[in-house]
Amino acid sequence: MRTLRYLIQKEFIQIFRNKAILPMMTVMPIIQLLLLSNAASNEVKEVNIVVVDKDFSESSRLLNRKIEANKRFHVIAATYNNKEASNYLQANQADIVLEVPHDFEKDYLRGERPKLQMLINAINGQNATVGSGYLNAIIASFNGEIMPVKSIKDLQKTQINISSRNWYNPELNYKHFMAPGILAELTALLTIVLSAMNVVRERELGTIEQINVTPIKKWQFIVGKLVPFLCVGMGLLTVGLLVSKVAFNIPIEGNIALIFGYAIFNLVAVLGLGLLISNFAETQQQAIFVAFFFIMIFVLMCGLFTPIESMPKWAQYLTIPNPLAHIISVSRKVLMKGSGFWDIRWEFIYTIALAIVFNTLAIWSYRKQV
Amino acid sequence: MSAITINNISKSYGDVLALNRVSFNVAKGELFGLIGPDGAGKSTLFRILTTLLLADEGEGYVVGHHVVNEYKEIRKKVGYMPGRFSLYQDLSVEENLSFFATIFGTTIQENYDLVKDIYVQLEPFRTRPAGKLSGGMKQKLALCCALIHRPEVLFLDEPTTGVDAVSRVEFWDMLQKLKQKGIAILVSTPYMDEATRCDCIALIQKGGILSINSPQQLIDDFRRPLFAIKTSATYRMLKALRNANFTASALPFGENIHLITTSKMTPKEVKEHLDELNIPVEEVTAITATIEDVFLELSTLKEPIKE
Repeated sequence: MRTLRYLIQKEFIQIFRNKAILPMMTVMPIIQLLLLSNAASNEVKEVNIVVVDKDFSESSRLLNRKIEANKRFHVIAATYNNKEASNYLQANQADIVLEVPHDFEKDYLRGERPKLQMLINAINGQNATVGSGYLNAIIASFNGEIMPVKSIKDLQKTQINISSRNWYNPELNYKHFMAPGILAELTALLTIVLSAMNVVRERELGTIEQINVTPIKKWQFIVGKLVPFLCVGMGLLTVGLLVSKVAFNIPIEGNIALIFGYAIFNLVAVLGLGLLISNFAETQQQAIFVAFFFIMIFVLMCGLFTPIESMPKWAQYLTIPNPLAHIISVSRKVLMKGSGFWDIRWEFIYTIALAIVFNTLAIWSYRKQV
Repeated sequence: MSAITINNISKSYGDVLALNRVSFNVAKGELFGLIGPDGAGKSTLFRILTTLLLADEGEGYVVGHHVVNEYKEIRKKVGYMPGRFSLYQDLSVEENLSFFATIFGTTIQENYDLVKDIYVQLEPFRTRPAGKLSGGMKQKLALCCALIHRPEVLFLDEPTTGVDAVSRVEFWDMLQKLKQKGIAILVSTPYMDEATRCDCIALIQKGGILSINSPQQLIDDFRRPLFAIKTSATYRMLKALRNANFTASALPFGENIHLITTSKMTPKEVKEHLDELNIPVEEVTAITATIEDVFLELSTLKEPIKE
């Protein structure tokens, strides 16, 4: 026990004495958190639109005004010429071209079904779908407004009225959605890199040679590495949550202790993987490349940027051994939705299983003898 | 019971034979030197005996424990100082020492008497990070750390490589003192001049043992006529000597040339022969061999001797 305590103490001394690691562990993740939460937004805030109004009627002008009044749309040009409009698309200046055909109003009043044409620049899929969604909504409300002009009879027709509310994030605040996820991701990434580099560093410096000819047990060695980095990770999580609260006023609906409790298991799992990588690497360079291989997969498949539900089935199964996916899910559920332990039991189960597997492998693969 | 016993240990790295049927014994309280050039297999042997590497063939016992089956016991009872400085460079002198004391389940106070002589020299630098010590100080600290748990056998792999001459002498003085405390010491060095400070030495080259004996005995056994020749034209002299019919071997040795002749000659006879060759000779003296002469002589034999 005394040995273990001293191993942990030694690791802490080394962490705090290393001038590069300390800012790497504190300042850098906080900068990333502030930067990414503000910048990495999937929200479509500005849709550039070109309106080709060939009708020039009361109705078409009303539609035009409605589009202009919407703060998400920016009408960059109005023209009569289809060619000119598609040039805007070609030059990537416009996201949508809306064409109001000749006799739009006339056909409408006659009870025929006039057609509007929307040309969408789908290079950016996100902008295209969201933008056309907005525009559809505007056209639908426009449709509803000009309807009464036609006849009294139509008024009596029942219309289905959809009203929606956004639960758990009523104002659809993107930062509330992103910040907990990014924080969870940064914590996991930092710990995996630190642990992956650590054992291999001892190998590079030769200190492991000396350690190996001592009665230190394998598990003591691994736990001695695990505990300090776990503390570092928890520290970062605490600071990160505070910063998120202050900077973005993220909601904390659930029990914060549940987040910390879960994070312990998650970090142990991630650290186990890092140590496992470290055991197999000869140099820090090798370790960092292997760590990056996992990091890229973990980050892009963790549900932070693309919802797991929209991945193919096989990829969804692949997120089960991804500790990042679980911590992001937990942090969002607990912080935004106020989920309790029972709601996140599966995340707990998967994570504990991962922690056991990774750490057992790490202890097993740490060889004192060649 | 001997401190170290090894029997026919062999180890290959791929096609390279690093150790070829090496056997020897180190008694308790003996200072045993493993002398040989770089790449002779010294470090490989150390790593096998310190249970870090498995031998392909042969048996090894350290303080009576088998190096493979009872490695855990060995790790408690030996002190190892690897060839490369392997302490934590970012920990201070004191922190390093108490770290190694703790992981062996002891304290500095408990075994202070053993390291005292060495540690007093380090005391002024107690709080300095180990990485910022001078080469000689680093070696002393490494020795302290290897000793702090009162090991029965000490393995020192090239402890004096890269250390200045004064520190080297001091280091060997310390080893003499430790030996008197009953600790068996296996030390390797590429420096032949250090060999005389061992009780017994094994000359090793290309994985094979050339000879095992006490340094004095090795020198006494060297019965061939040996001369030191001082000349201003070393290269011409060497070339001429190697073509002469009385030469067994001629090797440059510092500023002199050491010549071994095939038959007994006096220095005067040698000088006369050399004068005939028309090469300026300043002085020819008959000398007693050093370990280096012995080593060079043995290593020029085609096959390492078998026991």
